[in-house]
Amino acid sequence: MKKVYGSAHDALDGLLFDGMTIAAGGFGLCGIPELLIDAIREAGTKDITVASNNCGVDDFGLGVLLKTRQIRKMMSSYVGENAEFMRQYLSGELELEFNPQGTLAERMRAGGAGIPGFYTKTGVGTVIAEGKEHKEFGGETYILERAIVADLAIVKAWKADTTGNAIFRKTARNFNPPAAKCGKICVLEVEEIVETGMLDPDAIHLPGIYVHRLIQGQHEKRIEQRTVRAA
Amino acid sequence: MAWDRNQMAARAAQELQDGMYVNLGIGIPTLVANYIPEGVQVTLQSENGMLGIGPFPTENEVDADLINAGKQTVTALPHTAYFDSSESFAMIRGGKINMAILGAMEVAENGDIANWMIPGKLVKGMGGAMDLVAGVARVIVVMDHTNKAGESKVLKACTLPLTAQGVVKRIISNLGVLDVGEGGLKIVECADGVTEAEIRAATEATIVN
Repeated sequence: MKKVYGSAHDALDGLLFDGMTIAAGGFGLCGIPELLIDAIREAGTKDITVASNNCGVDDFGLGVLLKTRQIRKMMSSYVGENAEFMRQYLSGELELEFNPQGTLAERMRAGGAGIPGFYTKTGVGTVIAEGKEHKEFGGETYILERAIVADLAIVKAWKADTTGNAIFRKTARNFNPPAAKCGKICVLEVEEIVETGMLDPDAIHLPGIYVHRLIQGQHEKRIEQRTVRAA
Repeated sequence: MAWDRNQMAARAAQELQDGMYVNLGIGIPTLVANYIPEGVQVTLQSENGMLGIGPFPTENEVDADLINAGKQTVTALPHTAYFDSSESFAMIRGGKINMAILGAMEVAENGDIANWMIPGKLVKGMGGAMDLVAGVARVIVVMDHTNKAGESKVLKACTLPLTAQGVVKRIISNLGVLDVGEGGLKIVECADGVTEAEIRAATEATIVN
């Protein structure tokens, strides 16, 4: 089966529909699927629910889908970097479901692992626990969090072979593996596709079984907080 | 007299013990890394997926794929390890991180902490704060004792939405060090030139001892 596509547009063919749920990898602007986000903007898909730790900045990352009003709801842990996000949220145009960061990551991981929910101490006694089942284990209280299964996962890795076995680079791994796993379909963009057999099987971070379609392209990789010391 | 930001960070660094895995929050807690005592090896965790955070890069070393949880560019160390976000929070939730040092808007005498939202104001999100305070064995708050209006941030009960209940073990403020204990807070140490009476006057919470 052929997984490699010529462009982000081609790789998303037939996968997008209004009202869909998309899980996206990335942390801040690090390791985001920038090519696939652009292709979704061009496709004009509407009323999307996006599960992603953050929502980009005004003119880059998922922020571009806010500007075009394609996102109806965000499931995130932190959205502080985006003025347009705040404007839409405060005016009621955009729905927001805050998730503690680890709970969001585990909801994705669980969704991909066939686990419909899990109990966690995170959020007990806070607004996050409201309306959720509480249960005691060993004298401690936990809340039930439900898995996320997305219609589509869009993720970014460093390298992949033609079967979709993928390797990430440094902290650009972040939410990409859990997001990839929770998608019914996963489209992966990488900086370089290599021939199958060129990657060390012991070094694979995301096995190709999780990856359905694959593209290679140029990435801007914008830096949010360039912090340097004197040489 | 009281401690300034750097003195608070230096005092917090005295909490670190050799071999610890530690998560530092944004703001004054980040400065703690500058004061790690000599002979003490600690590994700093960044919840986006890294153990072993190195210093900020030189201009030539900047790498868009290498950032900390505050989204700042950083560098790696010889013992650095990278992992995904679900793995990162598995080690946090699983109690593998020995200590979290973070800021707060309010702390209560029972160890409750509020540090993520002010109703009616812009809400940015809790990020990893709720997971960290719920999962890490020893949670230490570093913050100013009072707010800009001069009101105590060390309270009988938090007024802001909580980040977690009963998790804070120690408060290091500009006025001194207080421990959460039975029946209230215990003054452990006064900042240079600060008296116990001054700490009591700036504290709404019950102080025992």
